[in-house]
Amino acid sequence: MERLHWVRHRCRQLLEGNSGRGWYSAADGLPNKSSLDAHSSPQRVSGKRRTVCARHGPHQQEYEAVSKSYQGNAIRTTKYSLLTFIPMNLFQQFHRSANLYFLFLVLLNWVPVVEAFQKEIAMIPLLVVLVVIAFKDALEDYRRYLFDKKVNNNVVRVFSGKQKAYIDQRWKDVRVGDFVRLSCNEIIPADMLLLYSSDPRGVCYIETANLDGETNLKQRQVVSDLPLQGEEFSLESFHCRVECENPNDDLGRFRGYMEHPGGLRVGLHNNNLLLRSCTVRNTETVVGMVVYAGHETKAMMNNSGPRYKRSQLEKHLNTDILWCVLLLIIMCLTAAIGHGLWLNNLKDPLFQVDTETSPGLAGFYVFWTMIIVLQVLIPISLYVSIEIVKLGQIYFIHNDLALYNKQLDSRIQCRALNITEDLGQIQYLFSDKTGTLTENKMVFRRCSIYGVEYPHEENARRLEVYEAEKSEEAGRSVTLKSGCSGKSLSCRSLSCQRSSVSLHTLAAESEEEEEQLSNPIHPRTNAFCSRVAKEVVPDPELVRKLNWFCSPELALSDGSSGTPSSLELTYITDFFLALAICNSVVVSSPSQPRHVVPEARTPLKSLEDFKLMFQRLSFSPFAALSTLSPPQMKGSPVSFTRRLFARGKTGSFTPTNSTTDGSEPGRESNLEPPDPRRKLDLSSRAEGGDAGQTEHRDTEDEDAKTNPDGARQDAEGDPIREADRESDTNEELLYEAESPDEAALVHAAQAYRCTLRGRSAEGLLVDLPGIGSLAVQLLHILPFDSNRKKMSVVVRHPLTGHVVVYTKGADSVIMDLAETPKGAEQAQEIYSHIREQTQIHLDGYAREGLRTLCIAKKIVEEEEYEAWLKGQLLAESSIENREELLLESAQRLETNLTLLGTTGIVDRLQEEVPETIEALQRAGIKVWILTGDKKETAINIAYACKLLCPNDQLLTASCGSKDACAVLLEELKVEVQRSEASLTEPTAAGNHGESSSGGVAGFVLVIDGRTLEWALQEELKSHFLELSQGCKAVICCRSTPLQKSQVVRLVRDQLGVMTLAVGDGANDVSMIQVADVGIGISGQEGMQAVMSSDFAISRFKHLSKLLLVHGHLCYSRLANMILYFIYKNVMYVNLLFWYQFFCGFSGGVMTNAWVLILFNLLFTSVPPLIYGVLDQHMPADTLMELPELYQAVQTSKVYVPYVFWITVLDAFYQSLVCFFVPYFALAGSSVGVLSFGSPINASALLIILLHQVIESHTLTWIHALVLVLSGASYFGFVLLFGVFCVTCSPPTNPVGVETLEMSQPLFYIVCALTTVTALLPRLLFRALCNTLRPAAALTSAQTDRVDSERYRKKMQRWNLSHSKANKLPVCADNPGLEPGTDSVES
Amino acid sequence: MMASSYNAKEEDGPNSGASNNGGAGVVKSKKPDNTAFKQQRLPAWQPILTAGTVLPAFFVIGLIFIPIGIGLFVSSNNIKEFEIDYTGVDLNNPCYNCAKNFSWNSTTPCLCSVPFTLEQPFESNVFMYYGLSNFYQNHRRYVKSRDDSQLNGDQSALKNPSKECEPYRTSEGQPIAPCGAIANSLFNDTLELYYIDSNGTKNTIPLVKKGIAWWTDKHVKFRNPGGNNNLTVAFQGTSKPVNWRKPVYELDPSDPENNGFINEDFIVWMRTAALPTFRKLYRIIQKKSSTTPTLPSGKYILDITYNYPVLSFDGRKRMILSTISWMGGKNPFLGIAYITVGSICFFLGVVLLIIHHKYDTRNNSPDIPN
Repeated sequence: MERLHWVRHRCRQLLEGNSGRGWYSAADGLPNKSSLDAHSSPQRVSGKRRTVCARHGPHQQEYEAVSKSYQGNAIRTTKYSLLTFIPMNLFQQFHRSANLYFLFLVLLNWVPVVEAFQKEIAMIPLLVVLVVIAFKDALEDYRRYLFDKKVNNNVVRVFSGKQKAYIDQRWKDVRVGDFVRLSCNEIIPADMLLLYSSDPRGVCYIETANLDGETNLKQRQVVSDLPLQGEEFSLESFHCRVECENPNDDLGRFRGYMEHPGGLRVGLHNNNLLLRSCTVRNTETVVGMVVYAGHETKAMMNNSGPRYKRSQLEKHLNTDILWCVLLLIIMCLTAAIGHGLWLNNLKDPLFQVDTETSPGLAGFYVFWTMIIVLQVLIPISLYVSIEIVKLGQIYFIHNDLALYNKQLDSRIQCRALNITEDLGQIQYLFSDKTGTLTENKMVFRRCSIYGVEYPHEENARRLEVYEAEKSEEAGRSVTLKSGCSGKSLSCRSLSCQRSSVSLHTLAAESEEEEEQLSNPIHPRTNAFCSRVAKEVVPDPELVRKLNWFCSPELALSDGSSGTPSSLELTYITDFFLALAICNSVVVSSPSQPRHVVPEARTPLKSLEDFKLMFQRLSFSPFAALSTLSPPQMKGSPVSFTRRLFARGKTGSFTPTNSTTDGSEPGRESNLEPPDPRRKLDLSSRAEGGDAGQTEHRDTEDEDAKTNPDGARQDAEGDPIREADRESDTNEELLYEAESPDEAALVHAAQAYRCTLRGRSAEGLLVDLPGIGSLAVQLLHILPFDSNRKKMSVVVRHPLTGHVVVYTKGADSVIMDLAETPKGAEQAQEIYSHIREQTQIHLDGYAREGLRTLCIAKKIVEEEEYEAWLKGQLLAESSIENREELLLESAQRLETNLTLLGTTGIVDRLQEEVPETIEALQRAGIKVWILTGDKKETAINIAYACKLLCPNDQLLTASCGSKDACAVLLEELKVEVQRSEASLTEPTAAGNHGESSSGGVAGFVLVIDGRTLEWALQEELKSHFLELSQGCKAVICCRSTPLQKSQVVRLVRDQLGVMTLAVGDGANDVSMIQVADVGIGISGQEGMQAVMSSDFAISRFKHLSKLLLVHGHLCYSRLANMILYFIYKNVMYVNLLFWYQFFCGFSGGVMTNAWVLILFNLLFTSVPPLIYGVLDQHMPADTLMELPELYQAVQTSKVYVPYVFWITVLDAFYQSLVCFFVPYFALAGSSVGVLSFGSPINASALLIILLHQVIESHTLTWIHALVLVLSGASYFGFVLLFGVFCVTCSPPTNPVGVETLEMSQPLFYIVCALTTVTALLPRLLFRALCNTLRPAAALTSAQTDRVDSERYRKKMQRWNLSHSKANKLPVCADNPGLEPGTDSVES
Repeated sequence: MMASSYNAKEEDGPNSGASNNGGAGVVKSKKPDNTAFKQQRLPAWQPILTAGTVLPAFFVIGLIFIPIGIGLFVSSNNIKEFEIDYTGVDLNNPCYNCAKNFSWNSTTPCLCSVPFTLEQPFESNVFMYYGLSNFYQNHRRYVKSRDDSQLNGDQSALKNPSKECEPYRTSEGQPIAPCGAIANSLFNDTLELYYIDSNGTKNTIPLVKKGIAWWTDKHVKFRNPGGNNNLTVAFQGTSKPVNWRKPVYELDPSDPENNGFINEDFIVWMRTAALPTFRKLYRIIQKKSSTTPTLPSGKYILDITYNYPVLSFDGRKRMILSTISWMGGKNPFLGIAYITVGSICFFLGVVLLIIHHKYDTRNNSPDIPN
């Protein structure tokens, strides 16, 4: 395929001599190596490099030499040009075997001895098909052409060597090596290396929504060590040369180095690359050098065409087509042999035209003639018809109101156009959990720090209240997304002087802005920070502890029972600091550019004091414990004693405090805080005076946007209100996180006044309770990685100056890495205590269905850090194996972590998920959940969504070795079989496997990732499959994306069933691609899943309608239509075949050739299409109410071999009737060939049309209209043809035949008899079927309600038993295994 | 109609956003229209065919078909038809010798006369047919072997007949008119009918040779080149078909309206028969007066000029006399078929009625909710 692709490109290249608009700028025709490689295998190029140097720089010759082979920036996504359209399109179309067959027939017809029809008539079917498809292609291509033109003619400012200035150029004239200057909100024309940014820190923000649908801003960094940064540098003197890899399609990878004139090499990576079709945001000016242009950009290389999948039904159809071919060959052979024998017995007949040919040869010729005559038996037009019908079906799916999500204003997206009927055949459904079953709106629920659990009862209550309100609020809480993006755009443009539009848009939108005020959610962030997510009600206990920082009085009560130890306080602070900074969240406020980080203002003046103090006090009680090992001492947790904070507070903030409410702390601290937030305000207020700039900015948002000055006065004039306001505006900081749980954690930290205020490449600005704004020097971010399953930040602690690593990650990983420090016993005790407690809490969280993340930290020695840094830099600058090196480097750092605590994040189920799952199970679909979550979480979710019923039996497969796994699978299998046997005996009903609903307890297999790894291996997979077949559901937890796809592939290939995979995130992509039908949920996590899916829906609940109604209908429609099509062709073709018995098997026909060809192509082609698009054999409501009906389709009862043969037999019968009734009526009379054919044709038409009336389940006015028009078109055509075609269409000249025939009563008598007799059996069959065997599913429809009481009891029982079972050796974790095989947090 | 709006997204590729940079345009909801058509809720008739619903149809069909069948049967029976085989296979057939000694080249026509007796008088107009059996006029190559343009009087086609006519396209360097195998094998027996009255005299029965071809054929499809006058000139430079004894313009020298291509015998022959056993209208015996039958019962003699060989391919030649009714010639099949099908329908109706009473009542209750 790849090869072919290339050949096509090559053809095009050769066809277009003019390189002006060509694909390749290589006009000299040399097949340049790089582009060839890029097209044939993008993967192979890692060894090859490309060199780029400045176009107008000093190395002109080198530029010429190097860049000659690089593509220009003009793009052409069109497949054809005006000249090449016809040959190319024909070439494409003749890839279809059907068209080739057609062509073969046409050519065959040119052989004189074989010729059946006139040459032009035989071409009509082919021409019609070709023209229809070509027209469609041309239209699509024209749209693409217009689009390309528009894109190519966009204007951008490019540096011109002659004029030494930036001049406007069109996109298509941009070349590799050009310097391009972009302003805010401009779209990047090509892949460029970022050389200059107006941002003083050399960063630039881009929005990649055009590329991957993700709307959060990505930060890009100017190439480091550029001497020119900071001023508009002189481009003429740009001497650097860039070496980078050849164009490839990996969006997340760019490797190379820049060589400075001095020979210094600077590593380049993805962070330096501005990708084509992204948008520059929040940065005034950006200059970049083009490295990849046009089709070599990553964006274009990722632009693959629409998906093509072959549906199951089509494969099935092909076998039937083969039967048709066989039938055709038999018929032709019969004719050939018959003709030979017939000719053999003739001696010198008068009517013999050709007397020389021997009977054998004549028979051979007749064989081919018959192939042409009976060509309609192979339903060529069927393929075209199926395509059209599928378009129609997709039109209806696309327009279904039930699949429309009002909140997101999104319909279902049908990305694959030809597998609609596969939706009706799904037997296995593989679902991701997070974001698919759940909302993926993460809300901080509870946490555990220092081994102490903070249940956050208030928070829980609030969530419940929200849950109740949700339904009514749903309508208005989220505004239309398209509207938002438009607005946020204008918001952003405030910062860009260039965008002149912004003011106008702002004015125009002010009204809307007002409305926004009443709406608590800022639209821009609704993705990750819904109101619930943002508002976390702090736990009173935790707040109390935190307040020790703030109140000096507490010093007195040190040691009392409620007092947290200083160590615990340290933990708490560190915990929240980690929550706030250990992420990749981008901060902005609604009124401001999203990224803007207030310049690292000089922190508090007294910070130095803090540090001093801290150094002194760091020999805290805990530190003293670890005196045995001095390095460890330094590494011990930083302790913020309350005294320190008390001092710091009084020392530095007195003025502020006194002006506001200095007396309050003492008073309030004694109270059980009724308003914790109020108290916490202290700290932020303290910061207020210093951080005026921030405040000003913050207060600006919302209404202030239109009137910033007023707001300012307001803010300054009323300190108390200001404080309140600030607490409000704090929440209005917008966090844009890559994953929703990050946002949830940041918001949680914010609720405890530990607010992330801003971020830049080198630093973070964080508010800490009791301290105020701190600039944290950010040394490194080790981003999240599905192999490591954790992310870390390396910062220089603002207070201690230590290098601290904060790590956040999946509990399994962190718990393994969190080690008890050697040394002091007491410390060890505390540590192990914390670990134990945290583990208990973790298990509890998981049982509640919470997502857990562990937070840990590590203090790194300077020397150690230096050593690590070297390795890291090396890894970063390496071109080859960079990923591996980085991973290794990260793993080197993330060891010996100190566990701080854990968080529990709740992710609510989407609405109607249980109902949907239940319906799907009743429909006979086996639902598997494949998730990266923990077992407990997964099981809990499975219960919540009724995948598990109360009386189901859980089988847990979790073992540490392959042998154990084999034994376990065997055991479980035996158990399942035994239970099945015991079940089937008393009930004597063998349908246990089928009964998914009802009182029968099913088995549910829970298997974890590690065990899955074994189970998927060659020797065990059959056992695993057998076991899973005995279970009604399977839950795979802790599974990696790869495993997900492996499981799907295993089930699909080994069981030969139809699989559907549904997921929302990048980790589901492989699974979605492997499954027969991939469904993406356009949710919170970008667009990767949607991009790779066949259908994209917005809610899980849409699945039920999509499958049960649309899938069912589409399948039965298409299956029925195909059967009808085959019936129609067999029936009509047989008429011609029977005639052969009366014309000496000579291949004669009794019809005019035009009518013969058009009969299939025109007169009877539209009704099947309507039938295939509109037929509804059951109303949609019934299908939704009785999912059991889906099973009938699922086991493909509609389209099974015997139905095919019944159809063929019926067609034979009908054709016999249709031929022999007129035959006997006219035998021996003076009837002519055409007069004989006339009643046969007419009655065949009537039979075929009425047959459809009998077969179709609904008849609307459209059906009626089409049927009438079809009939009328036939009669109209033959009548007019018979009047006006005097000498045309020799030899079967129809002049006067039909007019004469239709004036005779005999014609009608024959037609009536024929039609009635032919349709009688079918009518009787249908009537008897419907009477004697009413739809089996209707009678079996029983709705059974799940007893909620029993469910709860069962749940409790399970929880109990499971916590015990966890300790069983067979399930014991084996922590020594490689982490890479483990799960991924989605 | 259907494919217009489904793919807003997928075809634009990754840089689709380039076009929509930030206009605060009218927010158009993507909500699908709630119309009956788009939501597939069009009012529909759902023909759920059960015994109850179809049995009236069966009864109705039965009730309609049986009377029609009886009518057809009766009218078919009223048709008088007489058929005589004059091929001359048997020794005692008068035409045996003619058949035996046939040769295309013989210049003297072979004559034979077949006597026969009509038991019943033929009342209305009588149609005289010649019938051929085992003559495959519908053979694919045979059917094609003609040139409609030439027959339509086209001058160029006259001089240069279509290739389809091969091998009867040219003869001795001259184009054949009319070309092709059909014309070449024109039936050229001459039939004459005599009534032997009671006193033994031979009365010629007048046979009308016009009006036997279709009106459209005679007036539209077949035309002589250059009008009907002076056919000899018009056909100059053409050759007669090889099997013909005389050129086309001498088919009926007596009547210029029936000569050349528009000779009705020729036209009738040129309309190829659908089946290997067929009859073709030869002459019409018109009713003379209302009192006397057209053909009274009695003895007749059929005089045949035996020119047409069929024995070589086991063919048969017949002469048929028939009256016709509104439904054409004598054919009992249709009547019987109608009665049979009608009876079957009626019977099935009864069966369905029983089934309906036994089963259908139960099925009515859990009807599909709509």
